[in-house]
Amino acid sequence: MNQPVFVAGTGIISAIGDNVAQNLTALQNDHAGMGEMQQLNSVHKKRLPVAEVKLSNNQLATLSGLPNLKSRTALLSLVAAKEALANAGIENLQSLRCGFLSANSVGGMDKTENFFTDFIADNNKGRLRNVVHHECGSVTELVADALGIKDYISTISTACSSSANSIFFAARLIRNNIIDVAVAGGADSLTKFTLNGFNTLMIVDEQFCQPFDENRRGLNLGEGAGYLVLVSEKVAASLKNKPNIILSGYCNANDAYHQTASSPDGTGSFLAMSGALNKSGLQPADIDYINLHGTGTQNNDIAEGTAIKRLFNGRYPKMSSTKTFTGHTLGASGGIEAVFSVMALQHGVIFPNLRLQTPMADLPFVPERQCIKNIKLNHVLSNSFGFGGNCSSLIFSKV
Amino acid sequence: MYIRATGNISPQKTFGHGPMDDSPVVYNGNRLTAIEPEYKDFIDPKLIRRMSRIIRMGVAAAMECLHEAAIKTPDAIVTGTAYGCLDDTHSFLSKMVQFNEELLTPTAFIQSTHNTIGAQIGLMLQCNNYNNAFVHRGFSFESALLDAMMLIKENDASNVLVGAIDEIINASHTILNRLGLYKQGNICNLDIYQSTSKGTIAGEGATFFLLAKEASNTDYAKLDGLHTFYKPANAAEVEQQVNNFLQKHHVNISEINLIITGKNGDVAGDKIYDTLSTSVLAGKQTINYKHLCGEYPTAATFAVWLAAHILKFKKLPAIISHQPSSQKNIKKVLVYNHYMGIHHSLYLLSAC
Repeated sequence: MNQPVFVAGTGIISAIGDNVAQNLTALQNDHAGMGEMQQLNSVHKKRLPVAEVKLSNNQLATLSGLPNLKSRTALLSLVAAKEALANAGIENLQSLRCGFLSANSVGGMDKTENFFTDFIADNNKGRLRNVVHHECGSVTELVADALGIKDYISTISTACSSSANSIFFAARLIRNNIIDVAVAGGADSLTKFTLNGFNTLMIVDEQFCQPFDENRRGLNLGEGAGYLVLVSEKVAASLKNKPNIILSGYCNANDAYHQTASSPDGTGSFLAMSGALNKSGLQPADIDYINLHGTGTQNNDIAEGTAIKRLFNGRYPKMSSTKTFTGHTLGASGGIEAVFSVMALQHGVIFPNLRLQTPMADLPFVPERQCIKNIKLNHVLSNSFGFGGNCSSLIFSKV
Repeated sequence: MYIRATGNISPQKTFGHGPMDDSPVVYNGNRLTAIEPEYKDFIDPKLIRRMSRIIRMGVAAAMECLHEAAIKTPDAIVTGTAYGCLDDTHSFLSKMVQFNEELLTPTAFIQSTHNTIGAQIGLMLQCNNYNNAFVHRGFSFESALLDAMMLIKENDASNVLVGAIDEIINASHTILNRLGLYKQGNICNLDIYQSTSKGTIAGEGATFFLLAKEASNTDYAKLDGLHTFYKPANAAEVEQQVNNFLQKHHVNISEINLIITGKNGDVAGDKIYDTLSTSVLAGKQTINYKHLCGEYPTAATFAVWLAAHILKFKKLPAIISHQPSSQKNIKKVLVYNHYMGIHHSLYLLSAC
């Protein structure tokens, strides 16, 4: 029940690259992914910058092998999941019990939006193929079927913490001896539904976002997918390249304060981080780097910052929000940032918090503004907090 | 693990604790509608006004369950929903299309997220504990229940509020009708098993359970096991899964007193139940439940609720009594359900 779960592979696609290598290069060279909308067709095109994956649906279809008619979320998901499996290089995968644990926030909404334009005018209209994969789980199944995974398949949707939850649910399935291997993470494509939703909340930045800046104005939405291949200790021992990173801690807690806003003292964030430390058996001082949730909204950053201030109490680890590169990728963010956390451990690098000009007055620490290379890291904490007060933290450790 | 309490809002009069002595509610047509309770007994009237129908149903079923269990703050809240808050999603999406992305307000968007119901329950209870939401079609409830069972096994919880919620709205019913899921013409819910046509009848519901590590003297049933499998190749694989499941839990088929199947009147989908009734489940007393709640991705919640009630009250309730039964002492119940032939689940429950 308590045996370690190893990270055997990583895969990612985001606004800063179509694979792990491209993402690493962009992160080390301050190349942010925001810009004017090219793929999404919204009336907010000129006003709201977004962090889009630069490939069209046709290009993603070619890269993934799925037909281009499918939801962009499924296309992104398959590209990253395939990379993660290839990276893990598990030769006897067919003989192992394998799961696909994914997450997204709005399923095949990008296609449903097209369907609805015709459907609203006449309920007998609208191409059914555009609505048939509306459900979150349906997007997961398109990818699971393409990967040939069937032993355990599920989908979690807890808004912006979704894929942190799918990753640690997968780890628990391995610990409970239900599966041996899991591809776990999440995906989300930009949709008009989410863009307009966040826009009505007035938390979308019309400039490039500035998380943890005193003068931050909001978030930029992004899209992408990030997956880890998690394996049991037994499978890890059988691999040629023996993995040396484990998911050492995790916790899901609820802020129970408001449907969309975080409590001023960051109760949920504090409980998630301290719960993850507790699970890992580590002390706050053991954490070398925090990959912040850091959306850039007034509310999130002060709540998260206040919780960090209380938990780390004077001994602050290095930290940064990589949403300054990828935007907020919602259901994918926990997966993408888990991949970044693993990359930080593997390469001994701390990614910068871009565009930070004026540190927050109420916080006694400042996130890293420059990329730090050749630094020895043992434990990295990754935060993902979402609507509904859902707060989850993961800890990755070198062994 | 024990089912200590339940809360069930369904197209039948299931809300409340007593044995179901009523005869079934009869529906004509292919859409069954949940019978909603008087919400003000469970939710602050100020909050009710702001909640959409699915949120009200989910929260009320959860509160009823916690009330019966006499638990104020569960160690975890885990929900399952295949479709999520459809009415809020539909409302925001329609306005967005209609007004070309202008003049939108945030309420429907805020409430459209799939974790809204679990979050609202957490908020009302001021519960900071584990809170998760599974959204995987016909596995949404099964994943939530497995999560709850693992939390208890891992000693991270001694009681978990776990349930599932799905609603029908006009738009979803129209779309699923167009996709050919439902029977057409005059159809009565009590007659679906005699039907030889394609399709089933649509249902909905909000059903919660309080799953507890320790026994109490008011438990409904013991939950002995849960197993899911995805897209089995053929009937032989299903039979193999049933056998393996029983073997894993050290149960001989002769010890099972009652089978509850997920038959829904769809001539193609029901074949597997008929096949099993002549093979691995031959000669077993068998009942069906989807004439009561209709078909929906999280309908298996109704089967687990029914099994729990039968085991607690030690008799088959009146709402299923038009089905043949020997009324013998029922100690072990096996539930076998599948959704669209894709998502298959097995549950094993026993009397306390």
